[in-house]
Amino acid sequence: MATVNATNDVHGDDPSRRDFIHIAAASAAVGGVAVTLWPFIDQMNPAGDTLALASIEYDLSKVIEGMQATVKWRGKPVFVRHRTAKEIAEAVAADNEPMRDPAKDATRHKEGKSEWLILVGVCTHLGCVPNFGTGDYGGWFCPCHGSVYDTSGRIRKGPAPLNLEVPDYEFVSDTKVKIG
Amino acid sequence: MSGHSTYEPKTGIERWLDARLPIIRLGYDSVIAYPTPKNLNYWWTFGGILSVCLVLQIVTGVVLAMHYIPHGDLAFASVERIMRDVNHGWMIRYLHANGASMFFLAVYVHMARGLYYGSYKEPREVLWILGCVIYLLMMATAFMGYVLPWGQMSFYGAVVITNFFSALDQVIPGLGSAITTWLWGGFAVDNPTLNRFFSLHYLLPFVIAGVVGLHIWALHVPGNNNPTGVSVKSKDDVVPFHPYYTVKDGFAIVVFLILLSWFVFFAPDALGHADNYVQANPLQTPNHIVPEWYFLPFYAMLRAVPQKLAGVLIMFGSIALLFATPWLDWAKVRSMRYRPTARWFFIIFIVAVLILGWCGGKLPDDVIIPMGKNPDGSPTGFSVVHLSRILTAYYYAYFLLVLPFVKNFEQTLPVPDSISAPVLTEKKG
Repeated sequence: MATVNATNDVHGDDPSRRDFIHIAAASAAVGGVAVTLWPFIDQMNPAGDTLALASIEYDLSKVIEGMQATVKWRGKPVFVRHRTAKEIAEAVAADNEPMRDPAKDATRHKEGKSEWLILVGVCTHLGCVPNFGTGDYGGWFCPCHGSVYDTSGRIRKGPAPLNLEVPDYEFVSDTKVKIG
Repeated sequence: MSGHSTYEPKTGIERWLDARLPIIRLGYDSVIAYPTPKNLNYWWTFGGILSVCLVLQIVTGVVLAMHYIPHGDLAFASVERIMRDVNHGWMIRYLHANGASMFFLAVYVHMARGLYYGSYKEPREVLWILGCVIYLLMMATAFMGYVLPWGQMSFYGAVVITNFFSALDQVIPGLGSAITTWLWGGFAVDNPTLNRFFSLHYLLPFVIAGVVGLHIWALHVPGNNNPTGVSVKSKDDVVPFHPYYTVKDGFAIVVFLILLSWFVFFAPDALGHADNYVQANPLQTPNHIVPEWYFLPFYAMLRAVPQKLAGVLIMFGSIALLFATPWLDWAKVRSMRYRPTARWFFIIFIVAVLILGWCGGKLPDDVIIPMGKNPDGSPTGFSVVHLSRILTAYYYAYFLLVLPFVKNFEQTLPVPDSISAPVLTEKKG
């Protein structure tokens, strides 16, 4: 320590130049480490072929009223549900009830296509696949932690924070949808 | 390691090596001459048992990796091949799977012993924290290992656990999803997830072995705690580790291996779930998913809270409390042997954790005490989720209220002057 102090005394304003070298060297090292580290972190993100998973088309004529098809899209289940008049009526009737993630039934399906409810079949709590027909609200019930969704896929009870997600989709024709 | 070494190299080769790499000296000082309190009971044998568990898991795991294929389409079949076709594969896999359960059983006893006898208190805080780190690593390793057979429970276990991070979406929108996508390497748990879990499952046991080395180092500096909690004061209080504790630990290890063998050979699937013999199906969740038994208390805490982020925080917080324990216990007396009030709170704590484990295996809405009926006729009343809430509250209260404050209301029993003192008095009486 004594030697360092002596050097400082002798060289007057030298410490500032030395500080500069220290800071510059440390910054370069930190920057270098960060630049080197990033590829090793980013390699865990979805790879090109995973991202390239294209949209899928689905023929609705296979799903009769009151039934549901489960389609795999981007590794996840998508529910294609052909709702009955009773299910639609229940969903609309509940529009103004207090909900955790309020949404009108009309915003959950395409205009004029209220019988077709298309949802990502992944519980917004911790990702399990809910089952239709059980639970208190006529819709889906998640077996993992007991979240209950109504016939519009809205969260009504249990720990999930959000409604079942509506994926991007469009009607290619009256009987065909393109998901994604 | 503490104190000066008593190792004397006897042969020329030993002297030659000792001057260059004193590794025999290290071994001699650590497991032969190491001065150990002479009053350690059988609760102290679980450290040795845990070392055996770690070695068993690494050896069986390395062998399994020679036959296992980490691919979404092939993993399940490769595990079945290990069970049916690989020579002794069934035994090695059952040893690995049940070995994991026994590992947790031993670590829970080891932790409970530390909590009861105050082994986390000054000067062993670092020792305790390193133990908590090992426990966290064990949980991560066990979780990723459970995913590898790619059965239904494997798959949905991976889905639920990785989705814990999606709760961060409620703090910063998008953050949680970004993390889960990064963990999965896709938009759902899939082949990339299985691949990386296999890689990490192979790596982490060696990290654990490294931290175990630090744990033992941190043990050998202050030396063992003991059932009285009184520090070692003289040579009369200690005996050399060998042969006294090599023999005692050895006996306990044999008894423990009998228990493991009973599971492996007579009830190999008793601790598992039948659903995991069904190949993973991303489109259909099994009707009742539960984690392995050693995670059930935490699972019950998660479900006790009807809000996603809060549930996840309560669950992780329960483990964070363990890390803070050395600074939460304000009582001067180490061992609960001399703390009649704290001892009762401790016993209730153990029972509470066990019942939480039971709750974790039930459905949240299962009714325990029926009080009336729902409109549809199903019973309603005091349910598993209510019980879980009470027990979770007690778990937290134990660390945040009992440990710091119970000393204010407690009349401690007389603590012996030294480890030898009570032994000598008992002999006289």
